[in-house]
Amino acid sequence: MDWQALALTLKLASVTTVILLAIAIPLASLLVLGRGRWLAALEALAALPLVLPPTVLGFFLLVLLGPRTAVGRGITALLGHPLAFSFDGLVVGSVIYSLPFAVQPLVAGFAAIDPALVDAARLLGASSSRIVFTLLVPLARRSLVAAAVLSFLHTVGEFGVVLMLGGDIPGATRTLSIVLYNQVENFDYAAANRTAAILLGLSLTALATIYLTAQTRGRARA
Amino acid sequence: MLELTLTAERGSFKLEVACRLASDWTVIFGPSGAGKSTLLRLLAGLDRTVPGGSTQARIVLDGLVLAHSANGVWSRPGRRHTSLVAQQPSLFPHLSVEANVAYGLNGLDRLLRAARVEEMLSLVDGTELAARLPRDLSGGQAQRVALARALAPSPRLLLLDEPFSALDGVASDALISRLQSWLLQNKVQTVIATHDATAAFSTGAEVALLHEGRLAAQGAASQVLATERARLLSRLQ
Repeated sequence: MDWQALALTLKLASVTTVILLAIAIPLASLLVLGRGRWLAALEALAALPLVLPPTVLGFFLLVLLGPRTAVGRGITALLGHPLAFSFDGLVVGSVIYSLPFAVQPLVAGFAAIDPALVDAARLLGASSSRIVFTLLVPLARRSLVAAAVLSFLHTVGEFGVVLMLGGDIPGATRTLSIVLYNQVENFDYAAANRTAAILLGLSLTALATIYLTAQTRGRARA
Repeated sequence: MLELTLTAERGSFKLEVACRLASDWTVIFGPSGAGKSTLLRLLAGLDRTVPGGSTQARIVLDGLVLAHSANGVWSRPGRRHTSLVAQQPSLFPHLSVEANVAYGLNGLDRLLRAARVEEMLSLVDGTELAARLPRDLSGGQAQRVALARALAPSPRLLLLDEPFSALDGVASDALISRLQSWLLQNKVQTVIATHDATAAFSTGAEVALLHEGRLAAQGAASQVLATERARLLSRLQ
């Protein structure tokens, strides 16, 4: 069992989830509360990773963050090392790759809130950020949990972006799905079985948690 | 004193109102679809323009320009010293009655805020509701709490859109008379939109009659609503 890969995978997923929520809450609020045509473009951009092949995203990021572009050279100068083939690089890739999985449940949850409540808060002088944190987030708690769990699981399972952008460096970029791929390539099906079982168990547990909390809340309300 | 010049157009509907409301208690009377709610939302700043249409507005409250579209002046809701209570109370469902009323008192010190909440709740006869959640309130109780929440930040203009629909007659009359004297004392100008003529008569207000988006008449209830009064009386006989 590759404990190092498991720990790295969980760390990557946790860091990514925290960053994603910090980005997705304001972004989803803007998409729901804002007005203007450019919002449609923004929404499309936020949904793009849903349909873009992960290898394509990984390749673009690899080029962008590498020494070929000014952005890549700037980041290298700033950090002292290139982002590609490092854990930080994987975080950047994962955040972009899993963005829709954080944004879409939040947009759905925020949009389901009665706009008259938002109007009432505006009339009482609440700023946009106060409306987000005192109304939208508490009233869409379930969507927030869903966004966090889906982002976490989607990051745990990612493969294409990690392989393209991270390579296969033990302790830095070798995640469980890469380990599984290596094990299958080496015809070590027994080990592959264990790795796959861990990934399956993680996904099932997390989804069961979401549905169970939804159910108990439903019962408490009834 | 509220001065407004408003032209809002969307499709075949046109709202065209130019008037000066000087009375402390004005009733905007008109049937459903006359444009009452649209007018109140524009006054409160909830809508800058009629959605999907064009709007020209000049709104001045006690000499303070709230909106003047020709000059690009527009203050957002919450900066207009204006509160609006709609037919739906729209209380924040996850907050207690107390926290709902305190929501607009963010800048106040904790003790002052608690005192203000208590004052507002006792005004609407809701002191015993303080700890409850909105889902445990009756329709009438929720409307009274919504009123307390709207008055807490000391607005200068109170807009009411059919706000007493869920109160029964006697309770409504008692509340309105207590509210009227409190509003007068605290110099809060009140504008009520309603299609219920009895509300207009019982309060002795100035009445503005809105018909198909236009101001058809303005004056004392007994004059403006003479035909409406005759209709109601004939139904009683």
